[in-house]
Amino acid sequence: MIAADQMPLLRIEALTRSFGGFVALDNINVDIRKGERFGLIGPNGSGKTTLVNCISGALRPSKGVVTFAGSDITLLSPNQRSHRGIARSFQIPRPFRSMTVIENLMVALDFAAHRHLLESALHRRDAAMAVLTRIGLAAKADSPTATLTQVELRKMELARAMATGPKLLISDEAMAGLSTSEVDEVLDLLISLCGEDIAIIMIEHIMQAVMRFSERVMCLDAGRIIAIGTPDEVMGNPRVQEAYLGT
Amino acid sequence: MQKSTIAFWCGAAAFLAFVFVLTRTIGNEYPFFAGYVILQFVVLSVAWSILGGYAGYVNFGTNAFFGVGVYTAVLLLKAFEAPLLVQIAVAAIIGSLLGLGVGLLTLRMRGIFFSIATIALAIIIETSVTNWRFVGGAAGIQLQRPPVTPPFDSYVKMLFFVQALLVVVAVATTRSIQNSRIGRGLQALRDDELAAECTGVPTLRLKLLACVISGALISAGGAPAALYLQYANPESAFNLNYSVSVLAMSLIGGTAHWIGPVLGAILLGTTQQLLAVTISSEVNVLVLGCMLVLFVVAAPKGILGLFALLPLRKGKRT
Repeated sequence: MIAADQMPLLRIEALTRSFGGFVALDNINVDIRKGERFGLIGPNGSGKTTLVNCISGALRPSKGVVTFAGSDITLLSPNQRSHRGIARSFQIPRPFRSMTVIENLMVALDFAAHRHLLESALHRRDAAMAVLTRIGLAAKADSPTATLTQVELRKMELARAMATGPKLLISDEAMAGLSTSEVDEVLDLLISLCGEDIAIIMIEHIMQAVMRFSERVMCLDAGRIIAIGTPDEVMGNPRVQEAYLGT
Repeated sequence: MQKSTIAFWCGAAAFLAFVFVLTRTIGNEYPFFAGYVILQFVVLSVAWSILGGYAGYVNFGTNAFFGVGVYTAVLLLKAFEAPLLVQIAVAAIIGSLLGLGVGLLTLRMRGIFFSIATIALAIIIETSVTNWRFVGGAAGIQLQRPPVTPPFDSYVKMLFFVQALLVVVAVATTRSIQNSRIGRGLQALRDDELAAECTGVPTLRLKLLACVISGALISAGGAPAALYLQYANPESAFNLNYSVSVLAMSLIGGTAHWIGPVLGAILLGTTQQLLAVTISSEVNVLVLGCMLVLFVVAAPKGILGLFALLPLRKGKRT
């Protein structure tokens, strides 16, 4: 019997997802610890986003089991998973376009599992402002999302995900298009979140970001895990180099 | 209680008092006969906007819900001679069940596909009623009004007052949805259903709720029409015109705030009534179409957008 604090936060067992005859994910097995900084890399079309969809509930796996905080969540809807503590950002930002930035976060706070802690609407607004301040969007709180730049949209998505009060945050290419200093800024933020026991799965193509951030890196290629380990081990792996650079 | 809530209920009470005084002071029945239709469209438009406006699921089956309301009243009258309030209450229940059915459609269908499915639903129900002898079948059915209940001196005036009550119920319900987290959740799922789900919004539950409430209110608003016309036939009770008018009224008024459909219904409903008297009822449809085109081009957010009432929604909630 494993002690509760050593139990993985997220356990993925024998997960397979196919679309018709195409196998997007093939027998994936991985555990993620509480507060772990986990990098997920792989060439385009290797199954990274499909895996994220299976974890967040946007897709049901064809086979396999997803366990979160000790209970089987394979068949739960995304909102139920969100209430249990799984939050995500999207590769292509999906803001609530008819709302302002702070209203986007208020959706998360209005429906969060920890809602009872923020009983009044005023408290929820304060909580939303706190998240926005932390991510550096406080000045844009009352702007309509339509006026935001791509970079701001990505930050807002992270903020909205953080506002749900997650135990696991999946960041799907949140740094695409950011300048080097902005990448560092977002990285510092994500690392500080992990300090608060929030596990983070970071999908990223910016290698120095992955190297700096991750405690462990997993590389997918054609739906299979080809390497998993410390960032240096994975980068040194010939199969990873082959997948990225071709033969 | 919030100040705006107190103001709202004072306004509602004043409205009902005003309507009541009208029924006592004006002798001629015609203004009530015409006004009833306008109030009825206010109820339908406000109710429609819960699903069509906030949640963004465009229901083309308003006529299905309306007709179900009418025929629930017909059935209750014929079988039990049930009083008006019972007809309305039962119509609301049947309407909510039908709403639940429509809500389940949203599981698999969005956008235009959902709208088409609601039209199909209306046709299925209309066909069933057309072949149901007990409620008159295709030929329709004549209905006898029971004696009027005091303090009213005419049945039409009483129906006018009852429809005004339904307006208050519909607006109060919609307003409370708009001001609660349910309203924000519906708005979120209209913008992006997957993102809403992943942000913790139970989208299916909210959609079902919106369908049930919207359906119950539309059917309730349709129930008194049986005794208003003293006649019901499937072709008029399930007329697609209801769907089109209600859609036009909501869009022309603007769906961001409950006042939008109210304004739209009053504007278009009054215009329709005036045209029906002065020119012909057929011109209605033409005017409706022209106004819809005009608004879609010039004011896509409706009257609300024109007056930029939108800031009201964020800060002061009325």
